[in-house]
Amino acid sequence: MNPLRVRIWRGAEAGSFSEYEVPREESQTVLDVVTYVQRKLDSSLAYRFACRVGMCGSCAMTVNGVSRWTCRTHVAKVAEDGRLEIGPLHNLPVIRDLVTDMREFFDKWARAKGQFSGTRTRHEEFERVAPESEERKKVDAGIECIGCGVCYSACDVVSWNPEYLGPAALNRAWTLDQDARDAGKLDRLRAVSGDAGCHSCHTHMSCTERCPKQISPTAGIAGLKRAVIKAALKGEL
Amino acid sequence: MNVRTQARLWIAQRASAAVLALCVVVHLVTIIYAVRGGLTGAEILERTRGNLGWLGFYTVFVLAVSIHAPIGLRAVMTEWFAWRGASRDWALLAFALLLLVMGLRAVFAVFT
Repeated sequence: MNPLRVRIWRGAEAGSFSEYEVPREESQTVLDVVTYVQRKLDSSLAYRFACRVGMCGSCAMTVNGVSRWTCRTHVAKVAEDGRLEIGPLHNLPVIRDLVTDMREFFDKWARAKGQFSGTRTRHEEFERVAPESEERKKVDAGIECIGCGVCYSACDVVSWNPEYLGPAALNRAWTLDQDARDAGKLDRLRAVSGDAGCHSCHTHMSCTERCPKQISPTAGIAGLKRAVIKAALKGEL
Repeated sequence: MNVRTQARLWIAQRASAAVLALCVVVHLVTIIYAVRGGLTGAEILERTRGNLGWLGFYTVFVLAVSIHAPIGLRAVMTEWFAWRGASRDWALLAFALLLLVMGLRAVFAVFT
């Protein structure tokens, strides 16, 4: 197989792509390519990874302009004419090379009140949630988020409106809204309403298209919009 | 503007969109009917003058437009031109009033 020609972003916000030649391997992932460059060609390359098996959410980058998790993205699926262009995620400040500053991404989870707010103590019985209940099924559909930031990077609304909480934070808020045990629903609905919240979503569905865990933040955001309408009609908002 | 008002604006825009979906269909069908039937301006005015049905219909249409368009423009101003804050909202309120006044003026012009 011909070697891959790989362009990788070097620098911070200001920088440029550098080109490397990487040997092609069977079942090679984009993370394998980046790791090869860092270990064999240029040890100054900065990038993040941890688990390598699609669990930790730390290796997300843009590959040929598209936000992806790189540990589970096969080169054979994304290389165009034996070429790859690998850059940092969009919509986040670049610290160096392929490493972005994720603080704003996670701060927005906190702003969306992404914390579970229970009512029982450890001395009480567990609350029982029926697996077949509608709410539990909705939680299941959104709960597997690994916080990789791919949806946030792919979202047009985030790039146009920096205040927008983004798909991952809103998806988190939705799973808590549907959690029968949670006691902070109304405060959370207020936190995710309005210009920075679910009402700014244009339903482009880039988040749903790109989520590596096949979650549909768009569906959760639509659910939040419905929940806000109900609360507003009851005069609770 | 507080979050509650922002959410209410969103609800108002969706509700007015539902009204407009119906109004636009009726409006377009009416235009096509009037043109294909070869009605003159005078004949159209003959039908609209003193007709409370058309007065009511187009008043609702104008109200829905005056609510719907400025709220949509609010998102456009924010996302495309980074225009935020009170100045944007006052400008859009003025635009809403302009739409309302001009629209109602036209409605009354074909009624009286």
